[in-house]
Amino acid sequence: MPASKDSSVIRWHIVVFLAPAVLVYTAIMIFPLFNTLRLALYTEIERERVFVGLQNFYTLFGDPIWSDAFWNALGNNFWFFFIHMIVQNPIGIVLAAILSHPRLRFAHFYRSAIFIPTILSFVIIGFAWKLILSPIWGIAPSMLDAVGLKSLYAPYLGKEEYALTTLALISVWQFIGIPMMLIYAALLSIPEEILEAGECDGITGLSAFWKIKLPLILPAIGIISILTFVGNFNAFDLIYAAQGALAGPDFSTDILGTFMYRTFFGFQLQLGDPHMGSAIATAMFGIILIGVCLYLFGIQTRMRRYQF
Amino acid sequence: MNKARRNPANVFAAHGILILYTIIALFPVFVILINSFKTRKAIFREPLSLPDADSFSLIGYQTVFKQGDFFLYFQNSMIVTVVSLFLVLLFGAMAAFALAEYRFKGNTLMGLYLALGIMIPIRIGTVAILELMVSTGLVNTLMALILVYTAQGLPLAVFILSEFMKQVSDDLKNAGRIDGLNEYTIFFRLVLPLVRPAMATVAVFNMIPIWNDLWFPLILAPAEGTKTLTLGSQVFIGQFVTDWNAVLSALSMAILPVMILYIIFSRQLIRGITSGAVK
Repeated sequence: MPASKDSSVIRWHIVVFLAPAVLVYTAIMIFPLFNTLRLALYTEIERERVFVGLQNFYTLFGDPIWSDAFWNALGNNFWFFFIHMIVQNPIGIVLAAILSHPRLRFAHFYRSAIFIPTILSFVIIGFAWKLILSPIWGIAPSMLDAVGLKSLYAPYLGKEEYALTTLALISVWQFIGIPMMLIYAALLSIPEEILEAGECDGITGLSAFWKIKLPLILPAIGIISILTFVGNFNAFDLIYAAQGALAGPDFSTDILGTFMYRTFFGFQLQLGDPHMGSAIATAMFGIILIGVCLYLFGIQTRMRRYQF
Repeated sequence: MNKARRNPANVFAAHGILILYTIIALFPVFVILINSFKTRKAIFREPLSLPDADSFSLIGYQTVFKQGDFFLYFQNSMIVTVVSLFLVLLFGAMAAFALAEYRFKGNTLMGLYLALGIMIPIRIGTVAILELMVSTGLVNTLMALILVYTAQGLPLAVFILSEFMKQVSDDLKNAGRIDGLNEYTIFFRLVLPLVRPAMATVAVFNMIPIWNDLWFPLILAPAEGTKTLTLGSQVFIGQFVTDWNAVLSALSMAILPVMILYIIFSRQLIRGITSGAVK
């Protein structure tokens, strides 16, 4: 180690190298994060900021109007996450398993094409699907009609019972490229010898997939799950683009991100309240923290990793 | 596996599934693009057919160019994305080099501190970020967005780049030291060129979320002069919601720049995701 001869002298180049990143990161990310947690303990009375302790949280969880909206958003958020987990992982695994066949032709083309929705913005995705599913335009009903399933059509984004699930599926459709690519990479990193050893023992085809490959890609699925969790619990853009800040119909697609936006920024007749917004942000922070800790300490440490 | 490779029925099924999914993935984009070139009547009468001589029309694009300042939005998005990426890469690489190269007190702690932001989304701190930007007078400037995206990109950049910098040979750096190069020259002239592929990966990773973000432009810079393309098209489409030609054209124009970037960088992006995951 070169420069560690005398640790009592301040080595200024280390400071210079670290300073810009640490300053920007601390000032714009860490400091506001803790400041937001602090602001949740204040409220505004006659244009003065007053410390009120946990009052905002009592309101958020105790006042029926607030707590109904909060639990609605939280429940919707869990449903949103649940749909992601049960749809994106199986589809991602199937696509990745097919793509990882060594002699598949056009693999690069398929990969790139399936990834395209992921690079488009929520605004584009939200509106595009809104138009396609719209009963006015009629693409969705006429396509269902063509395969004889016209009775299945409903204005999916306009009905309370379907809207959230539809949006979750649109979100899965958009992001399927990421789980697909991560699982694909995990599958490629399985050494050929292991599969050959399995073949010698008569494990081929589908059973090789279940018994050898799937256990080996579980860590990748774990990472995908936690990334999805964090992404879903601060999602906002898609709902906002497709349904507006009111997350209609009748708040049935309201998730924590849109709830926080409305509360903190205000919408239509409702005035913005940064302190209640901070309280909701604090709750989101807590939920994400619990999820990440559960993953890091509960799942990741128990997952068996194989070194090749 | 070998059996599966030889069996033509399996190959057929594999291509069948992939083609089906590719169609599902591309269909909405395709529908939007073809209909943006059609007359209003044709959009509704035959939404799935390609525009022909009869139904071809650019009326939507004309409305978009007349009403929305898309060039300004595009320019704003470009400035924000390019400057943020530059800062993320420069600051991130410098910090990563400090963490990977030198042993000093608190090195591990500093690494953990910087890694916090990988899992905690910066949006949680929005209320205080807005307050900070208001008090520093940065609201409705592109600078506010650049700072936020730089902070947002740094944690992952430092993490990925320091992994790569640990692999740069010590002999090379020590040879540089013996030749009398100072630490800054070693970093900029010897190490940076060697981690260029990792820098490209980080850049591509950060580019898409920054370009597509709606949340921070909406909250920090919603003024007409600082709208990004994403926010601009959101607002524009919201206003013209009944003018289908204009909406479809605006959507197509928002798709276009991203598609061009993607075609240029898709190999880099996919390689980045795959190599990152193996770790």
